[in-house]
Amino acid sequence: MLKIVQGEVYDPINGIDGEKRDICIEGGKIVAEVEGAPTIDASGMVVMPGGVDIHSHIAGSKVNTGRKMRPEDHRGDVVPRTNVTRSGVGYTVPSTFTTGYRYAALGYTTVMEAAVPPLTAKHAHEELNDIPLLDKASFPLMGNNYFVLKYIATGEFQKVKAFVAWLLQATKGYAIKIVNPGGVDTWKWGKNIESLDEKANTFDVTPRQILTTLARVQEDLGLPHPIHVHCNNLGVPGNYETTLKTMEAVEGRRIHITHAQFNSYGGESWARFRSKAPEIATYVNDHPNVTIDVGQVIFGEATTMTADGPWQYRLHQLTGHKWVNSDVEMETGAGIVPYRFSKRNSVNAIQWAIGLELLLLIEDPWRVFLTTDHPNGGPFYFYPQIIKLLMSQDARLEMLESVHKWARTRTSLKELGREYSLYEIAIITRAGTAKALGLKEKGHLGVGADADIAIYPKLDDPEAMFSRPRYVIKGGEVIVEDGKVVKDGLGKTFFVEPAYDEAIEGEIREDFEKYYTVTFENYPVQLEHYLPRHEVIPCG
Amino acid sequence: MPEGKLILITGRSTKQGTGLNKGKDSRDYQEAVRTLEMNREDMARFGLRDGDLVKIKTLYGEATFTCRQEKLPKGMAFVAYGSLSSRLVGGETHASGMPDSKGFEVEVVHLPRGD
Amino acid sequence: MEIDNVVCAFCGCVCDDITVTVEEGRISEVKNACTLGRAWFLGHSSNAHRPSGTVNGRPVSTEEAVEEAARILAQARYPLIFGLTSTYCEAQKEAIALAEVLGACIDCCTSVCHGPSGIALQGVGEPTCTLGEVKNRADLIIYWGSNPAESHPRHLTRYAVTPKGLFTPRGRKDRRVVLVDVRPTPSARAADIFLQVKPGKDFECLWALRALIKGIDLEEDAVADTGVTLAQLKDLADRMQSCRFGMLCVGQGLTQSRGKQMNTTAVFLLVRELNGFTKFAAMPMRGHGNVTGIDNVLAWQTGYPFGVNFSRGYPRFNPGEFTAVDVLTRQEADAALIIASDPVANLPRPASGRLSQIPTVALETRESETTKIAKVVITTAPAGISAEGTVYRMDNVPLRLRKVLPSPFPSDEEVLSRLLERVKELKHA
Repeated sequence: MLKIVQGEVYDPINGIDGEKRDICIEGGKIVAEVEGAPTIDASGMVVMPGGVDIHSHIAGSKVNTGRKMRPEDHRGDVVPRTNVTRSGVGYTVPSTFTTGYRYAALGYTTVMEAAVPPLTAKHAHEELNDIPLLDKASFPLMGNNYFVLKYIATGEFQKVKAFVAWLLQATKGYAIKIVNPGGVDTWKWGKNIESLDEKANTFDVTPRQILTTLARVQEDLGLPHPIHVHCNNLGVPGNYETTLKTMEAVEGRRIHITHAQFNSYGGESWARFRSKAPEIATYVNDHPNVTIDVGQVIFGEATTMTADGPWQYRLHQLTGHKWVNSDVEMETGAGIVPYRFSKRNSVNAIQWAIGLELLLLIEDPWRVFLTTDHPNGGPFYFYPQIIKLLMSQDARLEMLESVHKWARTRTSLKELGREYSLYEIAIITRAGTAKALGLKEKGHLGVGADADIAIYPKLDDPEAMFSRPRYVIKGGEVIVEDGKVVKDGLGKTFFVEPAYDEAIEGEIREDFEKYYTVTFENYPVQLEHYLPRHEVIPCG
Repeated sequence: MPEGKLILITGRSTKQGTGLNKGKDSRDYQEAVRTLEMNREDMARFGLRDGDLVKIKTLYGEATFTCRQEKLPKGMAFVAYGSLSSRLVGGETHASGMPDSKGFEVEVVHLPRGD
Repeated sequence: MEIDNVVCAFCGCVCDDITVTVEEGRISEVKNACTLGRAWFLGHSSNAHRPSGTVNGRPVSTEEAVEEAARILAQARYPLIFGLTSTYCEAQKEAIALAEVLGACIDCCTSVCHGPSGIALQGVGEPTCTLGEVKNRADLIIYWGSNPAESHPRHLTRYAVTPKGLFTPRGRKDRRVVLVDVRPTPSARAADIFLQVKPGKDFECLWALRALIKGIDLEEDAVADTGVTLAQLKDLADRMQSCRFGMLCVGQGLTQSRGKQMNTTAVFLLVRELNGFTKFAAMPMRGHGNVTGIDNVLAWQTGYPFGVNFSRGYPRFNPGEFTAVDVLTRQEADAALIIASDPVANLPRPASGRLSQIPTVALETRESETTKIAKVVITTAPAGISAEGTVYRMDNVPLRLRKVLPSPFPSDEEVLSRLLERVKELKHA
């Protein structure tokens, strides 16, 4: 039991905008009243639901290879053990324990692992179990899956649908992740796809077919989160047209475009590189079926890691930096390249500006979310810096002056006068993301919600304020005080259990046994072994 | 190749792999890790026959093996790795963590035949 | 009783299609396994006669052995935890937690098998894939310094050489197989082409291949004294560039010979260049059943895959400083905990000798050279036979070991977890 009193509450889902309210907690949930509970005096503080990150790379085969290949990333950022917490390392690809503590220390309590190869889903769950304090879920990669492509090619929609449901259950996954649809499969022969209507992969199906089919599947299965799409042509000058076509392709069905910053580029070459954020924002403003997260660039070190093998190879060629490629049989790929975003680099400066433009130009905060596509745009623990830039035009203009001039001449950032309110910040970092994910007990402080709460000191400098919460409460317990983790523990993992026609298991078994190198029986993730604390989020 | 010297390669063998599952004291395992393979010409050069005992020396230690003729390049000996071959390897890793376990020079001493 | 789809954890192939027959409390038959896997399953059937533990050779209960082990480790100034490659990830996690509490050095057999491949990954990255990609696509397989016929027999038949895949419907007929090694191993029989390199000359050959692929004109003397001719290397370079999907399997012939991480770096760079022409991947032929697992668990919990030191309260990594051979050879470690490994047999004498001088604790399923010298021995249930948990195949694919036989002994995970609790209490007191 706990009662938080006198705090200035920002709870957008319940329409509460900075009113002084008491929050009562019992049994890990928000309740209407508690009697005789210990109190936290939150006078002079801002009370928000715990942060909900809709897209991050924190666990699994790709992230771990990123850790293994970058000792130089860890050495300058060491985290000693304490009486409460385990030791680890930080910077762009932190160790699992450190990942959990650092998110919690920012007031985040729920994080999505955004790209899991189904074949290595056990690995992702093993790591998620070693990320303390947070609730989590993971998105299995499906946009280049053999069976998805095959049943699209044969026109058997019901089989795609049954397979997707089966796969979500087999991997204990949460949402349909699509990365460079068709292109990653094509990359298995060293090539890529450049337009929505190009056929080049194993089954000659187009990205458009993959997107429309999976968007229909998502709707039919009633999954809580829409298809989560990393578009074709990510990172490439002129790719905004592909992004527009991707959003159009789903014909009004729900779609989430992830790290849209990397897909809002104009110009036909690096020399002519420019922002097309206004075009993307206009489309999003006019189409309520679309949500995006930005994938904001943070100047400094990053580790780029995606399932988009061909893009990562291209980035390796552009930079000469060390390169990992790891194609996963029947399913997907992965590439990793360290990167450094530099203020003096013309393209990097534009990329940085585009993320902010998207956040400022998309009018409805319920449909644009703050991410850095950690660790692709930079580490997640720089969120407070971005919050400051959103809340203060002066801070923005000051920083704009310090970066390459193309950020001023080839983007609209300097003209944008909008300043976010705390209420809007609460939407783009918790309420809106929880809603887009369909997590009904997250992202708000109404009765029945999980008691995940961040209490920040109300300061003039939003960066300082959001960097060091006074308290963070998870499931009703205080886990962080003054920015320090004071309690360790294991959060929950969410997954979905959409119903499916079991005939699909017989249907896929023959090809599975011919072309996979693990047996059908050993493929699924066993709930009892890999999800010690879990919760099923209902479909439909 | 100086007189009396060979390049030693250590590695896996099927008999060593199956033998260690029967136990490190099993005959199969012991036989596998105690057999030094050499080519015909080298055996002749050292006056060795199949089944003869040879002592192998390095800077770090020595061990006695039974030798056997095998198809190997001239100047090379092979032994399945194990407690005997480990006696011949040094602890220097040149800042890699990995000792020089393969391809090092050894001195061959022919022991008198037991017959 | 027949149990299907059992996972074999003897070598890095981690085949998961084994059928095991259990009769009267022992494994009586093993189907689908290779000769090594068969011996592994059959060899673990009869260890029940062993004592639960020993202290100074005297049989004791598990509890007494754990108590003595905890006392030794808690008193040590610089303990070493080593091995961990033949146990499962859940046990490995306990060992890492213990290392952290002790401020110990923790290293695994990686440092003496494919540590140099890990170092090369850190230097230049690694183009790789899962084994199914090899089965489904590869038309050129190169084993370099690897003898799969004797070390990973089913690598040939289940993953890389003979299996029929999506784009390799004729199996062996759709592939060319090249073996590069210093001697004609039994694997040469599986190869179409055998190149015999002189010992210690791998780097020169790999570097010459890189040059040829980049179109640099080499003179014959560039490859003098390597054992192979320029014509042979040109032929190989052509095959590498013109295949549809190539796979270079990296053996310990590269990691344990002169050059070590430079050899593996040359492989990864060569394969990287080849991706400018075609699709090409490389993969270390990891030896022990879960050596890939300990690399993974160490990496996600500490950031580093082997040779991790906790003496400052946070993880540090430095091969040559915190790796087992070095910590022992320099006589630094003053106590050791060996888990599921036999370093006394397999580490160089200057390192293994130290283990006899200091109090050593061994967790083992059976008698080994290490249990013979250990002050404390704790007998545990063999992973994959009498204990279940997660293992990682050489291509980082996770699989779950099954428990097919009961065991009178606790699992590694249970023993390590008790040891951890006891050490915490002693350290606190």
